[in-house]
Amino acid sequence: MRILSSLRAGTAALLLLLCAHPLHAAVNVVASTEDMAALTREVGGDRVKVDFIGRGYQDPHFVEAKPSFIRTLAKADLLVVVGRELEIGWLPPLILQSRNARIQQGADGYFDASLTAKILEIPTTQVTRAMGDVHPLGNPHYWLDPDNGRRIAEAIATKLAALSPPDAAYFRNRYADFDRRVAEAAKRWDAAMAPYRGLKVVTYHRSWPNFCDRFGLDVVGYVEPKPGIPPSPRHTLDLIREMKRLGVKILLVEPYFDVKTPQSIGRETGAKVLVMPPSVGGEKEITDYIGLFDYDINLLVSAIKEAGAR
Amino acid sequence: MGVLSRSTAMAVTLSIASTVGGAGRPLSAAEAQEPAAVTSKDELAGLRSQLEALKEDYTTRLAEIEARLDALQPPIQAEAAVPGGAGPAASPPASLPIYGGAAASSKVFNPDIAVIGDFIGAAGKSPGGGEPSLDMHESEVSFQAVVDPYARADFFLTFGPDEVGVEEGFITFPTLPGGLAMKVGKMRDAFGKVDAMHNHVMPWTDRPLVNRNLVGGEDSLADAGISVSRLIPNPWLFLEVTGQVYRGESAVFKAPTRGDLAYVSHLRAYRDLSESSNLDLGGSFAYGHNGVTSDSTTRLLGIDATYRWRPLRRSIYTHVLGRGELIWSRRQDLPRSVDAFGAYGYLEYQFARRWFAGARFDYSDRADEPSVADKGGSLLLTYWPSEFSQVRAQYRHTRLGEGRTTNELLFQFLFAIGAHGAHAF
Repeated sequence: MRILSSLRAGTAALLLLLCAHPLHAAVNVVASTEDMAALTREVGGDRVKVDFIGRGYQDPHFVEAKPSFIRTLAKADLLVVVGRELEIGWLPPLILQSRNARIQQGADGYFDASLTAKILEIPTTQVTRAMGDVHPLGNPHYWLDPDNGRRIAEAIATKLAALSPPDAAYFRNRYADFDRRVAEAAKRWDAAMAPYRGLKVVTYHRSWPNFCDRFGLDVVGYVEPKPGIPPSPRHTLDLIREMKRLGVKILLVEPYFDVKTPQSIGRETGAKVLVMPPSVGGEKEITDYIGLFDYDINLLVSAIKEAGAR
Repeated sequence: MGVLSRSTAMAVTLSIASTVGGAGRPLSAAEAQEPAAVTSKDELAGLRSQLEALKEDYTTRLAEIEARLDALQPPIQAEAAVPGGAGPAASPPASLPIYGGAAASSKVFNPDIAVIGDFIGAAGKSPGGGEPSLDMHESEVSFQAVVDPYARADFFLTFGPDEVGVEEGFITFPTLPGGLAMKVGKMRDAFGKVDAMHNHVMPWTDRPLVNRNLVGGEDSLADAGISVSRLIPNPWLFLEVTGQVYRGESAVFKAPTRGDLAYVSHLRAYRDLSESSNLDLGGSFAYGHNGVTSDSTTRLLGIDATYRWRPLRRSIYTHVLGRGELIWSRRQDLPRSVDAFGAYGYLEYQFARRWFAGARFDYSDRADEPSVADKGGSLLLTYWPSEFSQVRAQYRHTRLGEGRTTNELLFQFLFAIGAHGAHAF
């Protein structure tokens, strides 16, 4: 008799739990970086719950595969990755250990955002590690072109619609709105950058090809002698000579790199060293995708004016 | 000659086909458009007869050509029956043979391959033998790929100075029902932290004394078996429980009969203390027959703790890691039972992007003679030219239980080629 009553209580509790759980739950999304999380939030609105792994102010190549991320991934319906082997050093073991069949590579919930984006620097010759830590599938910092942001957002909207068909129209509308806002903002950014087309700059890592391509900056050198290889004295001297020759006045550094070498280059050449975040969350005030470009372009334009580069 | 004849015949066939097709298409179009049925009927009949004539003409001509070719050519049917690819290299085949699919795609499914070299040198007096002066200690070849939508497989073959072995070779089912992950094959065991480590991911050139004395050293409890693990959901921390069953033939265990399996279990608890620091705790248990007598067994109990600090904004330049592991062994050497204890403590500090310094303290009883305890200490310095190579120096001071003392300098070159592996955590 007692068993029966406890069984009945258990069933009731289970039913209650089932009822408490909304039938139409939000899609659980985990993004590998804050940029992908920001874009997902734009199209997903309140019908998605977005988490992310890599923070905007850390080097996305070297995120640690902490077990706490396994917990985050275990409950994901959708995993949005930057792709192009950006996360190759840390994401595969996390996915494997998540025990989550929905987000394994090849499953419906594994989404590579790079597939519809414009990718630059895809090697056309045999790559070897003598070239440093090259990305054989092209440069993975592609989100730094607002047109790619629109492409990624559209692809995410399509993906979310497939995962949650009743919300398809909602995602489509949110995407259309985002697309319109980015297009409008892009006019502003293009106008702000228009006077500086062709301006020669040097960057620390190859993080900015899409940004510079879009806004007409000419990258003439890198602080890293080769991708992923820290600056060497000889390369630094060569770079200083080249920057003096070309009159380079702007040096862009990602926030996760040491500024010691860039600053000594700046002192030698008179170039302005600019710590410019390449990602949403790179600075506290950058909370969304449009805000990232607002911040960076604002920073860049005032630095150019200050340095008297043009 | 054979190729020529075949291609000529093909060209002829093609021209016939195009002629027939070319005549047929305007015909059907005219039929559909012409409203005057009589004229179109006449036209149709005319065209049809023309076509028949054409066909006949070509058929006879083709037969003629074929006959002439046959006459020119001695019968070489036997050779022609061989697939093109197997023919003499001088005559390229007209079409590639198809052996169950497009040959080029087989590469796409090749596993990721990497080779890791581990070279160790040693200097200083070591009365007990110890490491050789210069040693290509290990060459590890790994093959890793997805098997099918349900599983992946990993093989690690090691080539030592005088032996070749399968260090690991297992299939992983990462997403079984019930939140389980399962591994089946030969694998390194989950006891403690060091056992699961391959030589090239260790922060030292050697294994701690406690691992050498109590847990089988480099070979650890690695064995053929089945491993099942599961996350225990809770709102506070990462909690993972692993259970493993082994055949019972390893550096520590010896199974007298088939049924004398060895068991390893591990509980891991991990929690972020802040975004830059975390605590990783583990408890391990292993049990199996040790082969001294048919009933004698060995039990191992271990606890480990790791603290890590790495500020995210400077994550590639600095970190601190502190780790301790304590292991107790109860080895039945019937009728008596021998208890031994060992531990190590390790502290690592990264002081520049490519530079790491470390210090390790070692203490361990011997598994069969607990009255004899070895003690030691090491200082380490590691330089990474890149993610794919490391150079390491280790000064090691050891006071062996018998009273002998050694001071050695070890150095190591580690280098990896091939597929980009994941970074160790």
